[in-house]
Amino acid sequence: MSDNTTPSNNSFLNDAGNRALIFQILLLAMVVFAGYYLFSNLQANLDNRGISTGFSFFNEPAGFPILIHLIEYTEANTYGRAFVVALINTFVISLLGIILATIIGVIMGLARLSKNWLVARLATVYIETLRNIPLLLQMFFWYFAVLAALPAPRDSYEFADFLLNKRGIYSPNPLIQDGFGLVIFGFILSIVASIGVIIWAKKRQTRTGLWFPAYWTSLGVIVGITFIFLAMAGFPIEFDLPQKSRFNVTGGMVLPPEFVAVLVALSTYTGAFIAEIVRAGILSVNWGQTEAARSLGLRDSMTQRLIVLPQALRVIIPPLTSQYLNLAKNSSLGAAIAYPELVAVVMGTTLNQTGQAIETIGLCMLVYGSLSLSISVFMNWYNNKMSLIER
Amino acid sequence: MKSNVCKLLSTAAIAATISAGAAASTLEDVKAKGFVQCGVSTGVPGFSNADDKGNWTGLDVDACRAVASAIFGDAQKAKFTPLSAKERLTALQSGEIDVLTRNTTWTYTRDASLGLDFTAVNFYDGQGFMVRKDLGVKSAMDLDGATVCTEQGTTTELNMADFFRKNKLSYVPVVVQKADEALAAYDSGRCDVYTTDKSGLAAHRTKLADPSAHVILPETISKEPLAPVVRHGDNQWKDIVTWALFVQVNAEEMGITSKNVAKIKAETNDPSIKRLLGVEGDMGSQLGLPADWAYNIIAKVGNYGEVFDRNIGPSTPLDIPRGLNALWTEAGGIMYAPPVR
Repeated sequence: MSDNTTPSNNSFLNDAGNRALIFQILLLAMVVFAGYYLFSNLQANLDNRGISTGFSFFNEPAGFPILIHLIEYTEANTYGRAFVVALINTFVISLLGIILATIIGVIMGLARLSKNWLVARLATVYIETLRNIPLLLQMFFWYFAVLAALPAPRDSYEFADFLLNKRGIYSPNPLIQDGFGLVIFGFILSIVASIGVIIWAKKRQTRTGLWFPAYWTSLGVIVGITFIFLAMAGFPIEFDLPQKSRFNVTGGMVLPPEFVAVLVALSTYTGAFIAEIVRAGILSVNWGQTEAARSLGLRDSMTQRLIVLPQALRVIIPPLTSQYLNLAKNSSLGAAIAYPELVAVVMGTTLNQTGQAIETIGLCMLVYGSLSLSISVFMNWYNNKMSLIER
Repeated sequence: MKSNVCKLLSTAAIAATISAGAAASTLEDVKAKGFVQCGVSTGVPGFSNADDKGNWTGLDVDACRAVASAIFGDAQKAKFTPLSAKERLTALQSGEIDVLTRNTTWTYTRDASLGLDFTAVNFYDGQGFMVRKDLGVKSAMDLDGATVCTEQGTTTELNMADFFRKNKLSYVPVVVQKADEALAAYDSGRCDVYTTDKSGLAAHRTKLADPSAHVILPETISKEPLAPVVRHGDNQWKDIVTWALFVQVNAEEMGITSKNVAKIKAETNDPSIKRLLGVEGDMGSQLGLPADWAYNIIAKVGNYGEVFDRNIGPSTPLDIPRGLNALWTEAGGIMYAPPVR
């Protein structure tokens, strides 16, 4: 056959690009129609059954208490404010969980690679145990087992001014007095000074090759300068000490067992997964890199920090992102042990009191969706920053 | 997690079905499938509780069996869906169950804005507090500063908050998702006080390690009329569920029990009893039910007093006094049913 083309081959439909476009449009139309159909159906059914809809309940007084609130909240506040309180609780537990899980994961991942037999085996036992037990069970364990082991408030363990009992960990509550502004000024000054130290150390190293322990020095600078200003202001802090009372402990600050149990369960569980990711990342770095670093005369700690870890991070970050996302979503299990996070407050109490199932569940999905997406966006940015720059 | 998944599914069910509830009447649906689907609790002894063979018993279970007896003449033609406090209303709204017989408090908002109708009160309850005996607390007014455990997703959360606010008492709330875990938290010493409806306190106390070490305080801080719930808009179905209970209350008042109902039906000369038992007239057809519907309820399930004594009365571990739930003819009772005529 010759290469002459029949007229039909030139038609609009035979062009691959046009066909793809048509399929895209058809698919989009189907998705939009399906969405519209479901939504209008929902509206019609809700109307038929006399179920009221809308978010107007957000302005009504909630009337229920919340155990842990980092902003001012009483029963007289609105459902909207209760939502914000729950949102903050979810953010806080996710953020602290991510930080702690990362620290635990890096330590355990390195420990499993350790040449010390005992350390490596202990890390293996930790990872294999925690990875293989359902998270909800671990939460119940930390909550109920730890509660059972601790004494009642009247028989609290006491260390200095700290109290430990079934109701939580109580610490003195620092109350800021007049003159604290001076201390804040000193703190800011110390940070500026330590940044100066770091810049100077970097420049000196580039110029002379001499290494200077800049980070330890700047830590000393911050603590030292802040303390001097604290002394100059005459220690403008008073402590509200926890006191045992009839039922509970009054005064002081309290870390409730619900918070501790959720945080410990989330971070140790996710930490076990992160440990394996870290181990895989480090093993992926060619042994020749370490040998090369040693032959340049770098110490072991510097070899790890400057040569191995930066290359391992390229392998570590993508799966690490998934673990962070898991942790944020798993925080919703806290509802089972009375940690007042989003699912507990919004999908639990608010849903029950107002009966607005579609609105509250939709809102929760939106929040978890945006939380996960923001973690993803941040981690992708970090991944791009760390990835191999090819010239 | 499970409850959330269930709720999402039932929400999707609302979205996906085309007005299933409005199309056919619930009675026709029930007759077509051959059984009544009732929503019950996940386990409250005396009210709705499954034994190790999966047989459900309890006051609320009997309310469901009474409806099954009225329609089919067979108390066993009832199936039960265990629901948490959070799931129960959505399950009914979405048509997953036909009637919710799950110690559910009748409140204005639930009745007015959720597309639901409450039938007749089958248990007059009220919220109370349980504490350890060794605390030496005699009254709820002594609870200033206490830590209080309760289950999430019930009216108790709000009642508790209102009570402490009204009396200017401080407290620490520990709100746990499921009743069993809330009770476990109380039992482990996380809380000084456990609060829920008094019937629930009596039921839960039997589950504690040492029931005699706990005491229920005298105060009743709320009105909790518990009633079966149906979907709004199916008036015939609502009447059936309502009158299934009224028949039982009337039977107790007339002295008819499951033991003597056959004898009374054969021998009685009382026209009101004849009407009730379907000997004269055809009361059942007005509800789309067989003529002997009331007879079947009494014969298969019993009158209200029998049901109460069997499940939660003084001879059971729950040992709940009749109190408000005695007949109106007794001292202190308010259980009253309109006449069948």
